[in-house]
Amino acid sequence: MSEEKTNGRNIGKIARRTFLASAGVVGGGVALGLALSPNRLKIYQDSVADGNETILNTWVKLTPDNKITVIIPHSEMGQGVGTGLAQMLAEEMEADWETVSIEQAPATDEYINSDLGRGYIVGEGARIPAFAYPMLDFAFLQIAKGAVGQITGGSTAIRLTGYHGMRRAGAAAREMLMRAAAKEWNVPINSVRAQSSILYHDASNRSAPFGTFAAAAAKFAPNLKPAMKSPADYKIVGTPKSRLDIPEKVTGEAKFGMDIIVPGMKYAAIAQAPVYGARAASVVDPANAAQQIVNLGNAVVVVADSYWEAANSLQQLDIAWSGGDLALSSIALRALHNEHLTETRHEQVMDKAGDAKAKLQSTETISVEYAVPYLAHATMEPMNCTALVRDGKCELWVGHQNPIAARDDAAAALGLKKTNVIVHNAYLGGGFGRRSSTDNVVQAALVAAETGTPVKLIWSREQDMSNDFYRPATVSRMRGRVEDGKISAIDHAYVFSDAGMPDSERPFAFQYDVPNRRIARHPYESPIPVGAWRSVDFTQMGFFNESFMDELAHKAGADPLAFRLAHKSDPRHRAVLERLADEASWGRPRTPGAAQGVAIVDSFETIVGQVAEITIDDDQRVRLHRMTSVVDCGQVINPSAAEAQIHSSLIFALSAVFFGEITLENGEIVQQNFPDYDMIRLRNAPVQPVIFMDSNLPPGGLGEPGTPPAAPALTNAIFAASGIRVRELPLIRAGFRSV
Amino acid sequence: MNLSFTLNGEATTVDAPPNMPLLWVLREKLQLTGTKFGCGIAACGACTVHINGIATRTCVLPAAAVDGAEIKTIEGVASKSGKLSAVQAAWIDHQAPQCGYCQSGMVMAAEALLDQNPEPSDEDIDNAITNICRCGTYESVRTAIHAAARARRGA
Repeated sequence: MSEEKTNGRNIGKIARRTFLASAGVVGGGVALGLALSPNRLKIYQDSVADGNETILNTWVKLTPDNKITVIIPHSEMGQGVGTGLAQMLAEEMEADWETVSIEQAPATDEYINSDLGRGYIVGEGARIPAFAYPMLDFAFLQIAKGAVGQITGGSTAIRLTGYHGMRRAGAAAREMLMRAAAKEWNVPINSVRAQSSILYHDASNRSAPFGTFAAAAAKFAPNLKPAMKSPADYKIVGTPKSRLDIPEKVTGEAKFGMDIIVPGMKYAAIAQAPVYGARAASVVDPANAAQQIVNLGNAVVVVADSYWEAANSLQQLDIAWSGGDLALSSIALRALHNEHLTETRHEQVMDKAGDAKAKLQSTETISVEYAVPYLAHATMEPMNCTALVRDGKCELWVGHQNPIAARDDAAAALGLKKTNVIVHNAYLGGGFGRRSSTDNVVQAALVAAETGTPVKLIWSREQDMSNDFYRPATVSRMRGRVEDGKISAIDHAYVFSDAGMPDSERPFAFQYDVPNRRIARHPYESPIPVGAWRSVDFTQMGFFNESFMDELAHKAGADPLAFRLAHKSDPRHRAVLERLADEASWGRPRTPGAAQGVAIVDSFETIVGQVAEITIDDDQRVRLHRMTSVVDCGQVINPSAAEAQIHSSLIFALSAVFFGEITLENGEIVQQNFPDYDMIRLRNAPVQPVIFMDSNLPPGGLGEPGTPPAAPALTNAIFAASGIRVRELPLIRAGFRSV
Repeated sequence: MNLSFTLNGEATTVDAPPNMPLLWVLREKLQLTGTKFGCGIAACGACTVHINGIATRTCVLPAAAVDGAEIKTIEGVASKSGKLSAVQAAWIDHQAPQCGYCQSGMVMAAEALLDQNPEPSDEDIDNAITNICRCGTYESVRTAIHAAARARRGA
């Protein structure tokens, strides 16, 4: 092991690093940690520990003057993840919250958020998203080398990294400090207690701050299964701590990827192939205006001393694009979707019970079709990345949901070793799934390799909107039958383009008690790039299932909320619906003349029920007055940040249902900027009461679950108001507009 | 060309092409990156600064147009000693920002609104703040504007 190869002076430091590494690779434990190379350990030490800091375990550092730093292996894109994770760790550590700060984990293998996988390994029943599978070798439960790493997605940070990792890291750190104090004071460990970053031995009236024991504590191995607190004793978790990232976001000091300044930096503007599959056959600069042109094949880049000059020069270029699928259009795609919907040869049956086919051979069966469009992410910060490639090394500055993939893909594109690529992850100006792709990163790396200088590549809004990994468009056919006021059978067929959603999350489930069910998807590979869009497959499935549930309620002549309750046996679902009826004043709208619609979706281990309250004027303009949300996400870590996530995810859904539609004509994306792809703003945002159910259950996700019910709650309200059933989105397809 | 203006209270001269939008002069020539690029067509408001006290979108505003003007950016909102404005303090109290990218523009639009209308109604806010926020901070922003208005009035 590494100690033998080092000189005496460094043994202490190396031992500590070794220890820290062993704690880091939690799934594999000490053996894997010891297998880390000295090189790796050096990176580790250089990247994390400064000066007098002592690293207690992978996720927490402590200084002699009692300052605690929590290392965050997830990206901050508005969800307050650093604060929430730090709260979970500080709670179990018995830390003084006022002394806690956070630091972004370096994008190195040691800081992969392996606790995603650990939940599975330690058998705590957590669902592991598919993107985490490569981390696990199921034969040996080892963490696969260089697989995936610091992914922020799937609403996993709190429910997996936090619940299975950060809490345990905090508790283990506290135990180590208590052991150090017990040893120093020569008393049994169980007579030592920790409170607010101070260790006490009450019998002898001794006490000392955590920092006093930092170095001594680090000599102990962390207990991988430390005792953890009962939620009843929580003092930090469950309180609305101010988010640690907010102060610098009101002064303009927060640095997003877009804001990085590297000395000697050039700026690059990009024109990507307007038609999928086209290549830049020739590039002519008639005005001879461009400082430097880089032809990437599927994109042309101009580099200049300022972005504006680069963008202007790019516009003047005469680029001849060749190839690509010019016949691609939304009309053609819709026809293909419909073909796939009726074609059952490749169907995948996702859920089956009883005999739905037999039950639905009835004239009582209702059969309807739904359709939803492609959607762009349209993060406020357009895609960008700053890169420097020099002397066989690459540095990247970018706000990214998956910085390890950014590193790996840049390394592959440049032919460099991964360890020669460093990613500096910045704040993300919105992610929503878009910033888990590495297209912008690879482009910047390739351009920087050409220029030899640092280069900041900036996509225009038009480039951003027309080169997305879109939420897949799809069509759905739902059939169902109501007998004696209850749903006796349901059959759902839908066209499926894979956007990365793990089947284990069961987005396809019809979340009601129905004895005869058949749910089948018909795979269809989208001809344009698709990817995860906030709540992924739940956005489409939530709309189909919750719209159809409303249609069945109408068929049964039942109240939509009571009808849902009549088909729910899960007590948590029932409690959410009952609370929602109360909080939203169901059946007695607060707005005179308003109509209400309800929807409830369980996604990412969180249940969200919503009631929309609307009026429609004579010009078919819909005003959404209120959207009340009742949420059961188990234990709430930070009520203020949690409420913000529900606001955020429902506004995201509402922008889509009112305005969102990406279409294709002649192979090109039609929508280019916000006027063609409009957004909810202050004037048409509803009042948004959010109620969390009291719960000590393990936390569910919160970044996404507020999205799926919003569209059907709204369209169900439109049905209640107008008798018109919206089966295609956005609303304009049914003739409705926003106020 | 050489442009001169007052920037966050200080006389500033910068060499920039006259047609270069002020946004890029601020961000790249003067390294004030708090003002953001969002759409490039003055549709989203991320690039809002004050020009002679008026909230103005700068991504399409030629630099030459602000020669001699008084410009305030998000970096000039807090006092020199770092004391936050009432709007900034309310933004923190109500935990308004999420990703934060649009919030410089939101804050600048709110500051200008309250300068002109110390007690705005919800409708006044709807009409004045047309900035896009993809994180959906609107409810917190509205609450924070009302709170800042009260604080500024000493209420």
